[in-house]
Amino acid sequence: MTTLTVNGKEVTVDLDPDTPLLWVLRDELRLTGTKFGCGVAQCGACTVMLDGMPRRSCITPISTAEGSEVTTIEGMQGPEVTAVQAAWAGIDVPQCGWCQSGQVMSATALLQMVPSPTDEDIDNAMAGNVCRCATYVRIREAIHTAAKTLEG
Amino acid sequence: MTTQTNGFKATRRGFLAGGAGLTLALMLPLARGRAMAETAAPFAPNAFIRIGTDDTVTVLIKHIEMGQGPYTGLSTLVAEELDADWGQMRAEAAPGNDKLYANLAFGAQGTGGSTAMANSYMQMRKAGATARAMLVAAAAAEWGVPAGEITVSKGVIAHAASGKSSGFGALSQAAATMEMPADPPVKDPSGFTLIGTDRPRLDTVAKSNGTAQFTMDVYRDGMLTVLVAHPPKFGATVASLDDKAALAIAGVEMVRQISSGVAVYATSTFAAMKGRDALGITWDDSKAETRSSAELYDMLSTEAKTGGRVVEESGDLAALSAAATLHEAEFRFPYLAHAPMEPLDAVIEVKAGKAEMWFGSQFPTFDKPTAAAALGIKPEDVSINVLLAGGSFGRRAQGSAHLAAEVAEIAKAAGRDGCFKLVWTREDDLRGGYYRPITVHRLKAGLDADGALVGWENTIANQSIMAGTPMAAMMKDGMDSTSYEGAYALPYKMGAHRIGWAQAQSPVPVLWWRSVGHTHTAYAVEVFLDELLEKAGKDPVQGRLDLLTPEATRERGVIEAVAKLAGWKGRTADGKGYGIAMAKSFGTYVAEIVEVEDQNGFPKVTRVWCAVDCGVAVNPNIIRAQMEGGIGYALGTALFNEITLEPGGTVAQGNFDSYRMLRIHEMPAVQVEVITSTADPTGVGEPGVPPLAPALANAWRALTGKATYQLPFAAAVA
Ligand code: FES
Ligand code: FES
Repeated sequence: MTTLTVNGKEVTVDLDPDTPLLWVLRDELRLTGTKFGCGVAQCGACTVMLDGMPRRSCITPISTAEGSEVTTIEGMQGPEVTAVQAAWAGIDVPQCGWCQSGQVMSATALLQMVPSPTDEDIDNAMAGNVCRCATYVRIREAIHTAAKTLEG
Repeated sequence: MTTQTNGFKATRRGFLAGGAGLTLALMLPLARGRAMAETAAPFAPNAFIRIGTDDTVTVLIKHIEMGQGPYTGLSTLVAEELDADWGQMRAEAAPGNDKLYANLAFGAQGTGGSTAMANSYMQMRKAGATARAMLVAAAAAEWGVPAGEITVSKGVIAHAASGKSSGFGALSQAAATMEMPADPPVKDPSGFTLIGTDRPRLDTVAKSNGTAQFTMDVYRDGMLTVLVAHPPKFGATVASLDDKAALAIAGVEMVRQISSGVAVYATSTFAAMKGRDALGITWDDSKAETRSSAELYDMLSTEAKTGGRVVEESGDLAALSAAATLHEAEFRFPYLAHAPMEPLDAVIEVKAGKAEMWFGSQFPTFDKPTAAAALGIKPEDVSINVLLAGGSFGRRAQGSAHLAAEVAEIAKAAGRDGCFKLVWTREDDLRGGYYRPITVHRLKAGLDADGALVGWENTIANQSIMAGTPMAAMMKDGMDSTSYEGAYALPYKMGAHRIGWAQAQSPVPVLWWRSVGHTHTAYAVEVFLDELLEKAGKDPVQGRLDLLTPEATRERGVIEAVAKLAGWKGRTADGKGYGIAMAKSFGTYVAEIVEVEDQNGFPKVTRVWCAVDCGVAVNPNIIRAQMEGGIGYALGTALFNEITLEPGGTVAQGNFDSYRMLRIHEMPAVQVEVITSTADPTGVGEPGVPPLAPALANAWRALTGKATYQLPFAAAVA
């Protein structure tokens, strides 16, 4: 039995302790905004917040999330994610969209830590998130836009 | 480039009799719990448009949305002719139905060849014009005023003299009873208000907040998740199977042998993964490909030396013997995986002899009968819900319909009704074949003393994509143009020339990969040409312009535009290398200039300029996005990607650690100019890809003096 908080709700699951958090979120809790892209921490599509820090849920065994607070794209709230999503919509970042939950999570985490990121900050924070459609030019621009919005 | 206008000449009775129109449109996906279920759609003038009492206009999109933008592009065409407000537009996938939703370029339902816009341009505009005419007729009848005095603008129908006005919704019920016009006029392009302007995409919000529904996101009652163990070598089959350990794993319900391998059915994805890992399978390799990539290259190289069968021939190549400068080169291109971000997946539910499927079906026309045959039921008893696809790049466009066949076999092998979700992991994807064919080009050309081409010879050796699939019907005399498109009918003054194709054979399945033959032909042609120009002491931009035939005006246009955009100064400046390449693919003309730096012996691309001429630019925002994305996709591939067969025939790569994706810090700044044109629109999903790699190779050679005859750069430079 593992008990954790997901998007503010306590959930208890009875699964193999090595079950990746990704598949618990998707298969058990039907939170399908978190995506599977590689399963080996190479693409970032599965990024969630674990106790406030971005984590690759595909390699996070459920056992290590015991007692933790997990936030998925569905549960994200606050000025940063609002600014990021508005900037995403403003210049139409997504193409196929599969990677974009992960991109939004990583971008939000970046802005929570670094309110006015440089291009280098963006490279460092976002290099783990692959976009096969290569929407990178717009991801970079949208993060700068979101940062400006947050400055007010 | 041809646009057709069929489908809307019928009277309303004709529509009903033909099974199209009102009746069918109302039966469409309303039962599926999707967006439209909540919206009443009293007015459905044709198979493409539904107008609700709440003023929403929903466009059924016959082309799969995989990122390239048809939801937005085709809705723009309807909105333009309907004079709708952009805010009232919605898009939804059309279901699998050959008759209603055929691609007019193929005569079958499918998306590919960057044809979505070209084949829909008139069809969707006519659909919008039809709906508009019926709304206007309804308003005229209700208000008792002449239809000719009624205006429509931004979703408002108005009659100035009487001061009456209405939205679409209030008139939708009455509109449904109006006579369908036989051939409603469409606007003159000078009257466009939406076409040609940047439109925000209709799918951005759902794709930024996690609510967009893809195939893998489908969960249904009692559904089992299925993974298949495929043979490690292409063409191998199961010799023996021990499934005891797999069946002992909690959550694993069944193991079945199917034609593509061994299927493990489980109550969760992770259980299916563990179950598959626990299978004991021995494989029969007797029919398998056991050659390595190195051996395949040698075989292709030998084939290319034969000259192959003639694709195009003109003049006497004896002219080459008198050339002042002679140049020869062999180019090598590896197998490539498409690696869409969402791996392949499909859901099927079988109940009482009928099957319903949910997946990113790119060719419903092939997928439906193939699934039906595997299930032993009639095609009309299979329905396909086309879902958003997390990328495709050609991977989901299967002439063989192998994914539909696999999921249907899974359902059949279960031996009972039920719902099954087939999931491919990234390893399945990268090791699963259906690659861009491994290819060799052998080129030889000569220049006279003035630097003009006197002769050009190119032989291409690779497997056919279409042979052995239903697409083979498109081949003429056994020739598969997708193997060499872009290598013939070039816009340059070639002198005497001969283009040949040698068809190679291998059990490795191959498939079209974003821009298909142009992925290698543009490289071979534009790199080799650039070397010739260099030998002749010519500038790459001016040299190309001088070589273009007088008819090649659009090629000239994009080369001149990109040179201006980049402020072209020559091959090198300030320690950086510059290269240009131009390719016409799928009716669209693109030229790109790459700026490269030498980063410890490996190319670092810092900037890319791109000029694109795709006829009428329906939505410049999406055109720019497709060029940016195409450039990034092509750059990562050129730098890093190859699928290699090891000695014995197994695939060396398995996941993104060994098949490396371009990442954000490697993405150059991109500047795109969309050429203004009144020509009929052509596609943009693929054409951004071909010029990038040759422009990079040309820039790298300018900077370092090193020619790159084998891709990727990581293999060539290492
Ligand atoms: S799915 Fe977790 S990083 Fe790719
Ligand atoms: S939008 Fe397609 S993978 Fe990023």
